[in-house]
Amino acid sequence: MSAAVQTFTPKAFHRQAHDALGNPQIRDNFRRAMDGLMSKRRDVFSDWDLETLRELGANIRLRALAKLPDLLEQLEANCQANGIRVHWAADGDEACRIIRDICESHDARAVIKGKSMVSEEMHLNDHLEQAGIEALESDLGEYLVQLNQQTPSHIIMPAIHLNTDEISEIMHTKTGTERTRDVDYMTAAARQQLRERFMAADVGVSGVNFAVAETGTLCLVENEGNGRMTTTVPPVHIAVTGIEKVVEQLRDVPPLYALLTRSATGQHVTTYFNMISGPRKADEHDGPREVHLVLVDNGRSSIYQDDELLDTLRCIRCGACMNHCPVYTRVGGHTYGTTYPGPIGSILMPHMLGLEETKDLPTASSLCGACGEVCPVKIPIPDLLVRLRKESVGEGRGNVPGAGVKRSGKEVAAWKSFQWLATHPAAWRRSTALAGKLQALMPSSIGPWTDHRTAPKPAKASLHALVKRHRRGEGEA
Amino acid sequence: MSSREQILKRLRERSDGPLTAPVSDFAVVTGRGWDSAERLARFERLIGSVHGEVVHAPQARWIEALSEVLVAKGVRRLALGREHPVPAEARQALADSDIELVDVDRDIEAWQREQFESVDAGLTSTRGGIAETGSLWLWPTADEPRLISLVPPIHIAVLDAESIEDTFFDVVERHGWAQGMPTNALLVSGPSKTADIEQTLAYGVHGPKALVVILRHTAEVPA
Repeated sequence: MSAAVQTFTPKAFHRQAHDALGNPQIRDNFRRAMDGLMSKRRDVFSDWDLETLRELGANIRLRALAKLPDLLEQLEANCQANGIRVHWAADGDEACRIIRDICESHDARAVIKGKSMVSEEMHLNDHLEQAGIEALESDLGEYLVQLNQQTPSHIIMPAIHLNTDEISEIMHTKTGTERTRDVDYMTAAARQQLRERFMAADVGVSGVNFAVAETGTLCLVENEGNGRMTTTVPPVHIAVTGIEKVVEQLRDVPPLYALLTRSATGQHVTTYFNMISGPRKADEHDGPREVHLVLVDNGRSSIYQDDELLDTLRCIRCGACMNHCPVYTRVGGHTYGTTYPGPIGSILMPHMLGLEETKDLPTASSLCGACGEVCPVKIPIPDLLVRLRKESVGEGRGNVPGAGVKRSGKEVAAWKSFQWLATHPAAWRRSTALAGKLQALMPSSIGPWTDHRTAPKPAKASLHALVKRHRRGEGEA
Repeated sequence: MSSREQILKRLRERSDGPLTAPVSDFAVVTGRGWDSAERLARFERLIGSVHGEVVHAPQARWIEALSEVLVAKGVRRLALGREHPVPAEARQALADSDIELVDVDRDIEAWQREQFESVDAGLTSTRGGIAETGSLWLWPTADEPRLISLVPPIHIAVLDAESIEDTFFDVVERHGWAQGMPTNALLVSGPSKTADIEQTLAYGVHGPKALVVILRHTAEVPA
């Protein structure tokens, strides 16, 4: 029952969307999950002045971005003063190499991982595997997805595409547990399996939710405790994060944390908020002896150049935009074929992969505006989707890799002609009258438009002509 | 040029020019103005909503409450510190009981498997509580290390009612966190949980299955 290993790519978005729409299991799993998340979010914000809180969240993120280079240097200096070693990576490959080198310097063979979307973005597990280092995911959802040789379908709930029966089957096949619908049994089994792996791990790799420049502190948000395990049990901890995750001060953290948990899962708080400011001190009895922080650019400094695109970097990765997206809810996360699915993925991935690969993603939206309305840091996602559509047809500023990939000479000529006609009334009247006369010649099939619709037929007389006739009292309008 | 220099240079030489940093107004995350009864009620309601169990006890008789919890939960081996008054008093009171006290002032490397497999509960002090979210805040120390609130199946935390404050922001500001962070600062709100299997809530996925808060009162214990 566990689906065969399937590769998804953003280039095949349309085919993948078609397949997902025809899969009742996916439709059902996502519909139920997203409905639940939307109502929980609404309830948990009910006694808050949400607009003021979102305003503050956006403001804190904007302030961090405005001072970004200075804050990164301050973060580095304070982390180093705390005993954390800081590394910089221009792209995912460099970040993978840095992490592999640290692992190899400790003869590490087993890496345990806390949830990190950046590590997914740079395909760290594959990279380590090729170097003979096993990287095991410890977040339950990530663990299940990894057992099933898949990638996460949601940035917060990685296994949201799987239902209980599918998960039972995966655990039975891969780990030998009983087939069951008992979630407590499966959870307890995973706990047992992973505890052995925590004890045996040479290195723990985690992400970071907020990196505080003022104090050199790495903040991790989680419910399971696997993040605390990953960052406390193995002798070495490597935290990996995008350069945009820095905030200026410690006092910036409470409002962002309040927004993150409520927006993500409708929780007023998560079980753990884990703030790490250094390795084990000489008199302490647990915690890693070494802590590393890897700061990853991977396209972020390019996004940073453009005043409009910059807003993309405010994201705190809560996933509310996908939870509320009518497209995501219907096609699921894998359909996008990218690390980050849904609206945030559609405005982020084109910068990482280029528009050649991702040109369909900005069009995977009805521009209903829900994503922008729920975004806790007020990213104008619909505007950015439109901007990327413009970039893809070469009408933007060209600040996105692959800009102009969808530009078609025919389309440009068609719109130019339309523009000319629409601004020349005599020619317009002549051509609409002609179109009315040639009505019968209109083909019944005109590409994708007529897949689900009938072809439009030009009226015998245009509305303009009809109104004119009506005013003169000639016949019915 | 190193990646570090390259990244910083790109950020500094931003093509659309330098950005202006706005000033932030934090009023929305502070100034709740709750009185102590309301604060306490909120704390208890919120931590209860995430499966935390609260046991009220008068300050002078908290050890009795602890003993009752240990019996009710069937704890045979309890991991705890030595110097902080909370573990120190507990050690004194439990010395002659049949509960085995497990020392935690040893490097974890020496007793990792023992901690993972044969400790029933970890007892810790807390620095305070947060009413708005039903959270405890802990700064683990050499005396009370990080893992005793995480690895054993039960975490018993001792909290004084008067140390509960309104919001996380209030705690960070009033206690001057920014002036000196410990190796590890933690907020704990309930036992470890997951909803990764079809959104069904399950407790104790990696950390404790139960969190018991012994809430000590110097004033009258609420009914």
